[in-house]
Amino acid sequence: METELLQQIAASNRWGLLLPEILLGCSAVLLLFVDLFLPRLRSQLSRIAIAVQLLALVLISFGVGCACGSEISGGLFGGLISHSAESDWMRIFFLFCSIFVTHIGGVFLKKQNLAQVEFFHLVLVVTATFMVLVQSNHFVTLFVALETITVGFYVMVAYKRDSRHSLEAGLKYLIMGALSSGMLLFGIALLYGSASNPALPGTAMNPLNFDQLGQFIGTSDELFNNSTNFMVLIGAVLVLSGIAFKIGVVPFQIWVPDVYQGAPTPVTAFLAVSSKAAGFFLLYLMLNGPFADLEAVTVPMLTVVAILTLLFGNLAALGQRNVKRVMGMSGVAHAGILLMGLLASLKVDWAFGAVLFYLVTYALASFGVFEVMAHVAGKADADQDLDDFDDLLKRQPYLGGVLLVSLGSLAGIPPLAGFMAKLLVFIAAFQAGLYWVLGVALVGVVLSIYYYFGWMRAAVMRNPFLQEEGVRAIATPSLGARFLMGLLVAATLLFGFYQGLFTF
Amino acid sequence: MTTHFPIAAFDGVTDLFRTAGESMPVLHSFLVILAIVLPLTSALSLAVSGKLSDTAVKICAGIGFVAPGLISLWLAAVYMASDLGGQYAFTYLADMGLGKFGIYLYLGLNGIALPFYVLAGLVGLAAGLYAIQSKVERLRLFLILLLVMQGGLMGVFSSIDILFFYFFHEFALISTFVLIALWGRTGRKTVALEVTIYLTLGAMVTLAGLIALYVTTGAMDFGFNMITIRELMVHAPLQKTIFGLLLIGFGILVSLFPFHTWAPRAYATAPAPAAMLHAGVLKKFGLYGLIQIAYPILDLGIGHWAPLIMWLALCNLLIIGLVTIAQRDLKTMLGNASVMHMGYAFLGLYAYSSLGIGAAIMMLFAHGLSVSLLFLLADVIEKRTGNLDMREIGGIGSKTPVLMGLFCAAMLASIGLPGFANFWGEVGIFVSIFGSPSPWVLYPALLGIVISAIYGLRAVACIFFGEEKGELAGGDITSSEKLPAILLLVALFVVGLWPRSISDPVNESVENTFANKAPAISAQVAEFKMTE
Repeated sequence: METELLQQIAASNRWGLLLPEILLGCSAVLLLFVDLFLPRLRSQLSRIAIAVQLLALVLISFGVGCACGSEISGGLFGGLISHSAESDWMRIFFLFCSIFVTHIGGVFLKKQNLAQVEFFHLVLVVTATFMVLVQSNHFVTLFVALETITVGFYVMVAYKRDSRHSLEAGLKYLIMGALSSGMLLFGIALLYGSASNPALPGTAMNPLNFDQLGQFIGTSDELFNNSTNFMVLIGAVLVLSGIAFKIGVVPFQIWVPDVYQGAPTPVTAFLAVSSKAAGFFLLYLMLNGPFADLEAVTVPMLTVVAILTLLFGNLAALGQRNVKRVMGMSGVAHAGILLMGLLASLKVDWAFGAVLFYLVTYALASFGVFEVMAHVAGKADADQDLDDFDDLLKRQPYLGGVLLVSLGSLAGIPPLAGFMAKLLVFIAAFQAGLYWVLGVALVGVVLSIYYYFGWMRAAVMRNPFLQEEGVRAIATPSLGARFLMGLLVAATLLFGFYQGLFTF
Repeated sequence: MTTHFPIAAFDGVTDLFRTAGESMPVLHSFLVILAIVLPLTSALSLAVSGKLSDTAVKICAGIGFVAPGLISLWLAAVYMASDLGGQYAFTYLADMGLGKFGIYLYLGLNGIALPFYVLAGLVGLAAGLYAIQSKVERLRLFLILLLVMQGGLMGVFSSIDILFFYFFHEFALISTFVLIALWGRTGRKTVALEVTIYLTLGAMVTLAGLIALYVTTGAMDFGFNMITIRELMVHAPLQKTIFGLLLIGFGILVSLFPFHTWAPRAYATAPAPAAMLHAGVLKKFGLYGLIQIAYPILDLGIGHWAPLIMWLALCNLLIIGLVTIAQRDLKTMLGNASVMHMGYAFLGLYAYSSLGIGAAIMMLFAHGLSVSLLFLLADVIEKRTGNLDMREIGGIGSKTPVLMGLFCAAMLASIGLPGFANFWGEVGIFVSIFGSPSPWVLYPALLGIVISAIYGLRAVACIFFGEEKGELAGGDITSSEKLPAILLLVALFVVGLWPRSISDPVNESVENTFANKAPAISAQVAEFKMTE
């Protein structure tokens, strides 16, 4: 019996399917050795890291490690991991993101004269973990992956050790991260406890497996209804709160502005895009998997959260002058729109496609902005405010153009991709009957015009009150940087006109 | 029904246009796209090419402005010569990846769209010609933005797909904001931000209404465009809500009474070509949307909101009319006047007959031409006198006779003197009000004419007559400034003398669209065709 079970589990260990993640992990370690033994290659580290990520991308796109054709019931690795078309999609998304993060990191580290290899090492490890996270089918995988990511971020947020802001951000992220991990764990423990309680109907053999937990929650008999069980509900709410911390939705957004400001620019980009996307995908997994039968509680709760997030993000961004804080608060607002799309996806089947499309356009535009930020910033990375971008269009037309297109896309101006993405999410929300959230989202768009246009205005016009010597010279970006930024802008324009690449 | 040209000898020309239209349908669909793509292409090529001589920049931009103008005139001629019965022509359909949602890039023109399309082409041409020879700083960026705006405008009025209709509008709107922010007069930063936020609000309310329309009609399966949506049904209570959303949303964009506060300041601040394009053409988006989208399918909603439309339109006419009289700054006065004239158009819509709607379209067309002409001339006056305060300008008429003549003609046209296109629009609207449930509205509406005569003639008197005040630099209007002005004036004249050029296709399309919906449909149609 025992052996049979073990054999069965061993048979489901399909290491080949995790090849891209393994490749990234191993290269991360190799990178350290390269730095140690081949100092000549030190200046090429970011290129090596990008090459590795491209290789992983090629592996996935050629079907290695894809869900295609692997029909194993109960998931891989004894139910720890499960593959789906969506999770493969997210893996590709994370690889794209980390390529840009690596590139921004290369620019940033060179400028700040910081140690290089650890950063790229961490980016590779965290990216590999993100990719594992979206395939998780078990709370153990979920928790371990999430903790690995968070620990990686603890180091990266405080990477600029000579900066007070960076250290402060690191500390804040550490405390908040620990709190959210604690809530998540507590929630998992409660769920574990109730799902393995033999007094309740449908006791699960393996209560932390998503499928089995979902089955347990959906069971009821004449005495007990598991989906209204108090302990289950508290557990689910705590788990969702733990995830909400990572996304930064109200009321768990308190860490966002300080951490976004203090963290080095590439890390801010990583947090703003990859970490947020991962959180949303987890939320999607939870709401469609184990918590599918808790709709009566989760949907109203998340609706209120979405409304508050939209209001808070947009209102709080209005008064900011530090651009990293603007990105942080507007990121909260974007999280609200994504949350609205996610809620719609529970009722409208194509809506999740719209959410993914929104994520892509958000990522493209955000990386555009962060690339420009990395080029514009001086030594004091955390103190970039609107004056640093004064008259950018004239001083560095290329950077200025990229910034304008990216901000326009974030604000949702046609013909850029951001508009189409917003529109699709809005349509989905209307179809799902989320009228209140939609109304607030529309007001939010109007508010967001204020801060995005304020930034754009600074980039287009000269501020006559600014002293001439206060304006720092900005170096022209290298050819490779211009190529990457060109790609971002081209994709933003393309997806504004043509959405055929996405299946809704 | 084929349009009969007034003189028999023109029959040959009619045949020529008809043959051209029938023998090369693909080419004509292609022309519609070209009118959008060409300005955008020249904008793009100006943006990416490196150092260029001034002449090269001007020629490149000139192509982008002239081409849509010529194309719009050509398509109008072909449309009128062909026997289309008010149906859409020159259609072009392409799937942009949202085909599953019933959203396509779907372009084409019908009788309602045609006047607006020609208006966009003509005003764009005039504004472009005026901008090219204006000596602003960073001329290249200025032209790029105007070209983008022009491309968007051609797209707005040739879109059949409703989403793309909205999409192109935003396209043009964004350039307006930047144009105000960079080249405006004093206080431009504040005004630019105010206009941006106000108009985005309007656009968002409109978007909410359009999304509601999209979802409730089930247009996802049939196609979200102005043709199919007319066949679809919306429940009565929802019709009221959606119509309300569209009325307020579009109303903000057209400066309907309580939502008009952005307009006068924006027009007063904007550089002349931007004011011409926005006040003359882009603002018509809202009323055009109401006529093409809200009115044909939300007929139950109209009844519910009609009294409100009437009162707000009267407020536009009388309250803003009085505000206009009180203005001292010429451009602010013109901005207020343009807000005021929107009241007539809303009254035409309120009448809800084919005559009322047709006359509203005529009125919008004429107003677009005359207001952009006035903004152009006001800018010329500002350049000469360095001032727009009517108390400080005076008696320049003796030194600038041509400018005076043009300005007087434009002002008289905007008041509604017979012989200009505005006259037909206003007369048609008055007649249609007489057939509406509350004919008494006619009297306050007629008062509007008196009001516009007061401020219009007073402006002419202040600026060109009386004792000479202030310094005059540069003499009379130059020939390069004259060209766009005369272009607009000629168009006003031609339509004024031959209103059927606009009214025939409009009538056909309006009757088509409202075939079994508008109540008093053909009672006064004959009156609208009383020319020749």
